[in-house]
Amino acid sequence: MSIDVETAARVAKLARIKVAEDALPALAEEFNTILGFIEQLGEVDVDGVEPMVSVTPMRLPRRQDGVTDGGMQDKILANAPDAREGFFAVPKVVE
Amino acid sequence: MMPDLTKLKISEARDALRKGDLTSVALTEACLSAIEGAGALNAFVHKTPDLALEQAKAADARIKAGESPDLCGIPLGIKDLFCTKGVPSQAASRILQGFKPEYESTVTSQLFDAGAVMLGKLNMDEFAMGSSNETSAYGNAVNPWRRSDDDTALTPGGSSGGSASAVAADLCLGATGTDTGGSIRQPAAFVGITGIKPTYGRCSRWGIVAFASSLDQAGPMTKDVRDAAIMLQGMCGFDPKDSTSADLAVPDFEAMLTGDIRGKKIGIPREYRMDGMPQEIEALWAEGTKMLKDAGAEIVDISLPHTKYALPAYYVIAPAEASSNLARYDGVRYGHRAQLGQGDGITEMYEKTRAEGFGPEVQRRVMIGTYVLSAGFYDAYYNRARKVRTLIKRDFETVFADGIDAILTPATPSAAFGLGEMSHADPVQMYLNDVFTVTVNLAGLPGVCVPAGLDKQGLPLGLQLIGRPWEEGDLLNTAYALEQAAGFVAKPAKWW
Repeated sequence: MSIDVETAARVAKLARIKVAEDALPALAEEFNTILGFIEQLGEVDVDGVEPMVSVTPMRLPRRQDGVTDGGMQDKILANAPDAREGFFAVPKVVE
Repeated sequence: MMPDLTKLKISEARDALRKGDLTSVALTEACLSAIEGAGALNAFVHKTPDLALEQAKAADARIKAGESPDLCGIPLGIKDLFCTKGVPSQAASRILQGFKPEYESTVTSQLFDAGAVMLGKLNMDEFAMGSSNETSAYGNAVNPWRRSDDDTALTPGGSSGGSASAVAADLCLGATGTDTGGSIRQPAAFVGITGIKPTYGRCSRWGIVAFASSLDQAGPMTKDVRDAAIMLQGMCGFDPKDSTSADLAVPDFEAMLTGDIRGKKIGIPREYRMDGMPQEIEALWAEGTKMLKDAGAEIVDISLPHTKYALPAYYVIAPAEASSNLARYDGVRYGHRAQLGQGDGITEMYEKTRAEGFGPEVQRRVMIGTYVLSAGFYDAYYNRARKVRTLIKRDFETVFADGIDAILTPATPSAAFGLGEMSHADPVQMYLNDVFTVTVNLAGLPGVCVPAGLDKQGLPLGLQLIGRPWEEGDLLNTAYALEQAAGFVAKPAKWW
């Protein structure tokens, strides 16, 4: 499978990373090198093999669905690039 | 009177502290001054001298009161991937510039509860993605070792390059590392120190910046195997805040270091004999095999047939998980946000922030991950890679069921290379650094690297031992026997 410039642009968009138009051909080429390497996986007979979910055979622990923590608005906002009046501030999302 | 305190091993410092021959304050001051003089290595990227001295004083008081855990008063370096309360923790990325966590990672809080001293944060590859510490927003960390015949600056390996450099140069007594595909073991091998990645689930991942959650594990990087046992003991244990943390008792690893490996079965996997493997690596591997045999172990040729597919499977699974984990860096909650132009909306904010904040290797992996998870390719790439991962783990389960106790392999396909030497290679060439280590992460097993010799240019080379799940104690004991037989004591000549 070969990735063209258009696919590279679509992937960049999905990943929410701005890539300049003139950088796309080089990016597509890098993807093709890496995917070419990954293609080897096609040689393996995986019929009837379960995809791995957890590397250690353990049951995920469960707990009561209750509030165990909270009341730390200041701490949560402390690292925000833009926090106002107790909220994270972002550019306008709805017109 | 002890001449050079920074050269002490953790075990030696512990004993001297307990005897009252040494104070943590003196030891910490010696390390801080070594760090001040080692700017050229670029290992410590955020120094915390005030915190260190405060912790050292508290440790001295504890020791005086007769209450001293093994790590009490021991000065350590902490990889920048660990969140440390009130101290910059930016995973060597521009996108986390200015981030000061309001909380402490479980591993570091366990270390601090035991009285350990933090000297500062250590350089690494950005988000632990790299094998040479060249993707760091802080610039390269430098290997204290140089080739005997030239002054080329060499890589300390990656991603835990700062940790490796700092321990090898005696800037700290030990350091934390993390290992997703070889990031503790490859740098340990490149600088001639010991590094262990424990079984997946041994060390809590809580508070460690996530790269690929099903592969990431923390572990110690130390001057010898005994120190690795002591420090690992302090780092692991059950943590309810990490849902994959193992609720298992942690044995006394140091007490298991007897050096007696008589009757142990050591597997030598034929698939690790790679085409084009340097003769020196091959010879070192054969020598290590002989050492274990001479120590009374039984050597068994084994097969791990899916080895070849480990790296390609890794380069689907790790980027896939990274693309999901790194989605959180959106310029809203922490770290960097791009300057926005007139009319820019939220999508432009995400796209510009991530383009400015992530370096090229991180961008590449996030996008590869996005691609292999996207509609139409999920089955062909991601699910297939997870099936191959099942087969890789099965390879190991089969040999362990046949009675193999540990597996001996080379640690890396070469000695440390020059910084910048790989800059024109394609990304896949760099990925090949992890060819011997990545299988261990995919199978969730413990793996330890021990320095075993020098190459003809005078650079350290390491061997790797892979153990059964949860049997770090037995694995460390085999590593201890190998360490004793190899007798590696070389240190880099100080030039920095």
